[in-house]
Amino acid sequence: MSKRSIIPILYILFLMLPIYWLVAMSFKTTNEILSGFSLFPQTFTLENYKVIFTDPSWYWGYINSIIYVSLNTVISITVALPAAYAFSRYSFLGDKTLFFWLLTNRMAPAAVFALPFFQLYSSVGLFDTHLAVALAHCLFNIPLAVWILEGFMGGVPKELDETAYVDGYSFPRFFVTIFLPTIKAGVGVAAFFCFMFSWVELLLAKTLTAVAAKPIAATMTKTASSAGYELGLLAAAGTLTIIPGAIVIYFVRNYIAKGFALGRV
Amino acid sequence: MTIELKAASKVTRGITHIKPTSLVLETGHFNVLLGQTGSGKTSLIKLMAGLDQLASGQIFMDGVDVSKLSTQKRNISLVHQFFVNYPQMSVFDNIASPLRVAGMAKSEISDRVAEAAKILQLEPMLKRRPQELSGGQQQRCALARAIAKESRAVFLDEPLANLDYKLREELREQLPELFAGRGAVVVYATSEPEEALLLGGKTALMDDGVVTQFGPTAEIYRNPANLTAAAVFSDPPINVVEVMSEKGSIWGGGNLTWDADARSASEGQYQFAIRPHYVTPNRQSDADVPVTGRIAVTELSGSETSAHFEVEGRSWVSLAHGVHPYKVGEDHTFYMNPANGLYFRKDAA
Repeated sequence: MSKRSIIPILYILFLMLPIYWLVAMSFKTTNEILSGFSLFPQTFTLENYKVIFTDPSWYWGYINSIIYVSLNTVISITVALPAAYAFSRYSFLGDKTLFFWLLTNRMAPAAVFALPFFQLYSSVGLFDTHLAVALAHCLFNIPLAVWILEGFMGGVPKELDETAYVDGYSFPRFFVTIFLPTIKAGVGVAAFFCFMFSWVELLLAKTLTAVAAKPIAATMTKTASSAGYELGLLAAAGTLTIIPGAIVIYFVRNYIAKGFALGRV
Repeated sequence: MTIELKAASKVTRGITHIKPTSLVLETGHFNVLLGQTGSGKTSLIKLMAGLDQLASGQIFMDGVDVSKLSTQKRNISLVHQFFVNYPQMSVFDNIASPLRVAGMAKSEISDRVAEAAKILQLEPMLKRRPQELSGGQQQRCALARAIAKESRAVFLDEPLANLDYKLREELREQLPELFAGRGAVVVYATSEPEEALLLGGKTALMDDGVVTQFGPTAEIYRNPANLTAAAVFSDPPINVVEVMSEKGSIWGGGNLTWDADARSASEGQYQFAIRPHYVTPNRQSDADVPVTGRIAVTELSGSETSAHFEVEGRSWVSLAHGVHPYKVGEDHTFYMNPANGLYFRKDAA
C-alpha cells in the first residue's frame, strides 16, 4: 500500500465509523448497548430485524415512506420536465425572475410551511394520506428538479430540436423519443435528489400524517416503550433507512459527476 | 420544385432580422446564400424551413402557399453548421429516423439508408453512435439523413464551416453530385466567396438581412451591383479607392491616374474597386497602371504572397503567385489593369 492512499483510507474509515456503529448496534441486544463499550456484538442477534419485519407498525412505516417518496419523485419530475424545457428553450416575460422565484422556495425552512399545509390539507381531507406528503414535498423538490433539468437541457443544442422538427417529428414524439433519452442523465440526477430530500424530510411528513401514512422516521421517534429504551431496535430501523438511498445512489453514481460538472448539483 | 419568397420578413422582439425579401429558388443547381456572419443567412433558412414565423410576406413551395404550414409538413431537410445527429441512435437509425417518422415500410427504409450510406461512405459505421465518429463522418451522417429523406428542399447551413481544411475540400467536391438529379431545391449558406464560386449555380448575396443581388454565381462575381456586393464576394477584402472622372481621365489622388473607359466616361465621383489578385508586383501588360504604397504586412501562404499596403489612406491587398521579397515599411510599386476593376458611382452607392 502506498503512502498516498493512507490519508484517503483514514478519511473513509472516519466517515464510515458512525454507520458502522449503527450497523453494529443493530445486531446487539439493548442490554449490551447500555452495558458498555464493545466494538463487535458480543451476543449477535437478529431479533431487532425480526421485530421490524413482523410488526406492522414498524414495516408500514417503510411502506408509507416509500409510497410517498416515489409518488413525490414521479410528480416532481413529471411537472419539472416541461417547466425546465420552457426555461431552457423559450424566452418569455419574466422568465429569469420566475426561475429565481422558484428557487427561493427552497430557501425557507420547511417549518414555515408546516402549519399552512396542515390547515389546508385538513380542510380538504388530504390529511394523513400519502398524497399529502408527496404534494408538500413538491414545494421544494419541483424547483430543485427544474433547476437541475434546466442545466442538462441547456447543454443540448437547440439545433437538435430543429433537426427533429425538420425530419418530421411532432413535438411530443421528439420530446419522448429523442430529447428525453438525450438528457436521461439529468432525469436520473433530478430523480435522485427528489428521492433523497423527500426521504430524509421529517417535519412535514410527520405533521401531515397520523396513522395511515405515518413515515418510518416518525415511527422511529418513539424511542421508549413499556420495555424501556429499545436502542437495538432503533439501530436496526436506522440501518434499514439507509438502504433505499444507497440503492438509488448506486444507479445514478455516474450521472451525479455530470451534474457537478454542470454546476447544478 | 421551386421555393418562392414574396416580401418575406422576420422580426423578433422589435429587431428586424430579415427585411422584406423576394427570391425564387429553383432545382437543378445550387442556390448559394453568400454573406458575412450575421447577414441573415441562417434566419432566411429558418424562415424557409418554417422554424421561425414570418412577420410579413409569403413563402410558396411549388406554387403552394406554405407560410402557415408547420415545419414537419413542409417535407424538407436541414443540415446545420454544428454536427447535429440524434446522440442516442446508431448511425443507421439516424439516417432512417425521418423515414420511420413518415411511416415508410421497413424494406424501403433499409434500401434508402444503404444507398445514402454508400454514397457518403458510412457503411462501415452504421452500427456506431454519432459521437464515436470523427467530425467529418458526423457531418456525413447528417447529410446522409438529408439525402435518404428525398425531400423537396435541402437547406445546408454552412455545413463545412466546422470541418478542417482537407475534409472541407473533399466534401465540397462531393456535394454537387450528391444532390444532382434528386429534384430537390438545394440552398447552401456560406460566408466564403470561394465556396460559392466552386459550387456554381446561383448566388444570392446577403447583407444586413436583405438579399442585395441574386443571379448566376459567375455573373454576380463579375458584375456586382454595388460596392457592398463586391466586398462580400471578395476574399481577401476588395481594394477600394475613391476616384474622380474628368475629361476622359481618372484621378485617384497623388500619382494615381489612368484613362477613363466606357464604364467611367461620364464625369463625377466613383468608387473604384479591384480584387487583390489583379494587383500584382510586376507589370503584366502595357495597360497596367502603377500603384505605389508603403508595405504594412506580408504573408506567404503556400504558393501565394499577399502584401498589405496603403493607398490614399486606404488599406489595399495584393495577392500574387510565387514568392516576392517585399520589405515591410518600404514603398513598393504594384501594377493593376483598370479594365479588371469595377466602378461604382459615388452618388448611386
